[in-house]
Amino acid sequence: MKILMFGWEFPPINSGGLGVACHGIVEGLIGNGQHVFLVLPKVTPEMQMFDSGVFKLLDAHESGGSLKAVDVPSGLYSPYATMESYRQFLEKMEKEGAEHLYGGNLFDEVYRYAAQASAYAKQVPHDVIHTHDWLTAEAGIQAKRISDKPHVMHVHATEFDRSGEYPNQHVYDMERRGMEHADRVIAVSERTKQMLMKHYGVPEWKIDVVHNAVKPNSSTYHKAHHLNDSDKIVLFLGRMTMQKGPDYFLKMAKKVLEKRKRVKFVMAGDGDMMQQVVRMAVELGIERNVLFAGFLKGDEVARAYSAADLYVMPSVSEPFGIAPLEAIQNGVPVLISKQSGISEVIRNALRVDFWDIDEMANKVISVLDHPALHSTLKSKSAEEVERMSWKEQAKHIIGSYGKALTSE
Amino acid sequence: MKKYNKTICFYFEVHQPYRLSKCNVFEVGNKSDYFEGPPDYENKKIFEKVAKKCYLPTNALMLELLSKHPEFRVSYSLSGVFLEQCLEFGEIGKQVLDSFKAIFKTGQAEILSETYYHSLSWLFSKEEFAQQIRKHDELVCKLFRKKPTIFRNTELIYNNEIAEFIREMGFKGILAEGWDYYLDWRSPNFLYRPHPVDLHPEDRRIAKEYRVRRTLPKDFKLLLKNYKLSDDVAFRFSNRGWSEWPLTMDKYAAWLDSAGGNTINLFMDYETFGEHQWEDTGIFDFLRHLPEEVMKRNIGFKTPSETIKAYEPVGKVDIPHLMSWADMERDLSAWRSNELQESALQRVFDIEHKLKANADHVDDELMHNWRKLQTSDHFYYMCTKYWNDGDVHAYFSPFESPYDAFITYMNTLADFEQKVEELIARSLMDSTYGAIEQLRIRLKNVGYEANLILNS
Repeated sequence: MKILMFGWEFPPINSGGLGVACHGIVEGLIGNGQHVFLVLPKVTPEMQMFDSGVFKLLDAHESGGSLKAVDVPSGLYSPYATMESYRQFLEKMEKEGAEHLYGGNLFDEVYRYAAQASAYAKQVPHDVIHTHDWLTAEAGIQAKRISDKPHVMHVHATEFDRSGEYPNQHVYDMERRGMEHADRVIAVSERTKQMLMKHYGVPEWKIDVVHNAVKPNSSTYHKAHHLNDSDKIVLFLGRMTMQKGPDYFLKMAKKVLEKRKRVKFVMAGDGDMMQQVVRMAVELGIERNVLFAGFLKGDEVARAYSAADLYVMPSVSEPFGIAPLEAIQNGVPVLISKQSGISEVIRNALRVDFWDIDEMANKVISVLDHPALHSTLKSKSAEEVERMSWKEQAKHIIGSYGKALTSE
Repeated sequence: MKKYNKTICFYFEVHQPYRLSKCNVFEVGNKSDYFEGPPDYENKKIFEKVAKKCYLPTNALMLELLSKHPEFRVSYSLSGVFLEQCLEFGEIGKQVLDSFKAIFKTGQAEILSETYYHSLSWLFSKEEFAQQIRKHDELVCKLFRKKPTIFRNTELIYNNEIAEFIREMGFKGILAEGWDYYLDWRSPNFLYRPHPVDLHPEDRRIAKEYRVRRTLPKDFKLLLKNYKLSDDVAFRFSNRGWSEWPLTMDKYAAWLDSAGGNTINLFMDYETFGEHQWEDTGIFDFLRHLPEEVMKRNIGFKTPSETIKAYEPVGKVDIPHLMSWADMERDLSAWRSNELQESALQRVFDIEHKLKANADHVDDELMHNWRKLQTSDHFYYMCTKYWNDGDVHAYFSPFESPYDAFITYMNTLADFEQKVEELIARSLMDSTYGAIEQLRIRLKNVGYEANLILNS
């Protein structure tokens, strides 16, 4: 089968899990003998190394497609901002007027990409169109108009995951439009599937749940350089946004430090809640035990994992959450919120409600206190993750293509 | 009396653990209600549920069958912690206990001995093991006016050494799994003798100290579970994927008929009736017709005591390694296969010495709580063996995961250890003050007005 895929990010240029997941999916599909044409907003020379006989990276700008005039959207919106920053932005917009920001507008980018990328539908032979999230759904819709091939939309996150109770109407509309046009919708978790049914009215029969996997670990770091040999390290690694619950992490840290003094809480990542989180650490009076590591890249991530005794993902809403799998690959036990898709997949993890600070602290202390708990979690979860593979998951994706093709 | 071709020996395990209340690290130091059970799995609620689904209806049926068929026989082990729950949980507990009393009163039912706390104490302390057996037999005697002569260990945990210890304690027989690995070509449908072994002198001394009767019975016999015919009822009865489903009484009676040997030992969890196999599977109808259908084929019934009196052993069975009736492995892996279980078990039994060395200061409740923490179920919930497949261990656990079970257990144990330390410290202090006070009185008696100041 030949797949025309519309992606938004791809390693090494990626700001979040979407690029990583997209990479895994492509590899999984190729591993199952499929041909993939991946269209990206921009193809950099570093990306070209992935290019092969069965995998072509295509730059949207080089499609030769003409830029169709589309309605100018009214708001700038980073896909991963918080509702707080979004509100601030809206206020700014009202004062300054939309024209000032023209060009830096994400919606413009999305529409421009759709218009240019979809032109490949004319040039590239394909059987199925595969899109990722609202960012590329529009490209899929337009491509389908050209080639009349089935469109499978892969939902990695929804607007409700990103912004909580105040979804951006425009993003929501684009998501919904994508799902309505798509022949099949792939959800990354049962949790996401439920959201799609509840908030987007997608009928159940149209949705396939395909959990993410993780690529085999290539890191060679081992737990080595502790800040202080007797200090335990609890790690937060993710964007500092509302969705990821860094504030709950700090509240838990405060609680833990009431009982155990020799613990350091490392927070790696950047985001618009950064200032707020730093301030909060000071307000809680635990700044001596909280270290901010900033945004980590490549090897630094593996190094952070290798120093940690426990990885905590206190996400408020997480459609999947691939980071815990990476932590496990690096030999770190994980504590994850029940409000994450990943908790459907990994059984050998500690699980809590993100708001249950006492229970989260209880579990953190238990891992630090009991070597038996640490080592059992570590070894059993590693066995579990070893069995996961993108190649296996891609089979389910291909199954979804099959359904899309037969429903045509 | 009618002469039967062979007999069936029914044995039912009746047990309810005291599941632990949730306990987090912040409660350590001021936790009082260890044994209410976790949310949604409160012990009282579970007891009531099982009483309604299993104990009461099954006991009623048993009574009916026992009176209808004077030759029908059954046997039970009722764990001490189960009996305590009967006494604790009000009217329904009383009903359950009364119905068991009525069953034993018929004289057609035998009660077996076991460790009061359904514990793994054999593995860690022979003294503790013997003490729990004694405690159990005392409660049984008080409630039922019976003195057990046959022993079954927790979940049928068994090896040569356990058999020898139990023999030395004065019991007449013991129950074990009839596992092919040890039986090889031999049938479980006969009586056997355990392979004789030498006990450690200290262990033998303990066994003698806790003897249940003055003179040793001249023979000691081993009853082996026919696990195929037992599990057909206990596990497979309602399994629609099983090629023999549905299991009719007629078919089952035919299987029993065609089995060779003297005694078919059908050992199972009592909750088979109504709880593991729900009423709508037809399990009660199956049981209702069993005695008459079986007797039609000239098969009778005997209690374990009657069985060992009636038949001679046909040989010795050598079981050097620990065996149980749990899981596919029939070993101890349900309770001892990961580090969580191992560290929890070590830690709870590490307290034994401290408690017993300070026996004068340790009150009954503290001792009792420590022993309730030994119940094997706590460790079963920590098993990760089939966790990935979400198997039976998950089904029977009141905790979200083996990890949650471990965390709750260790926090509770930490609280318990603190209480032990406090108690010992307090009583040491009391006795020191007491000694000083006595000294003061004696000095006063000889004419000194002592002003003793205690420098701590």
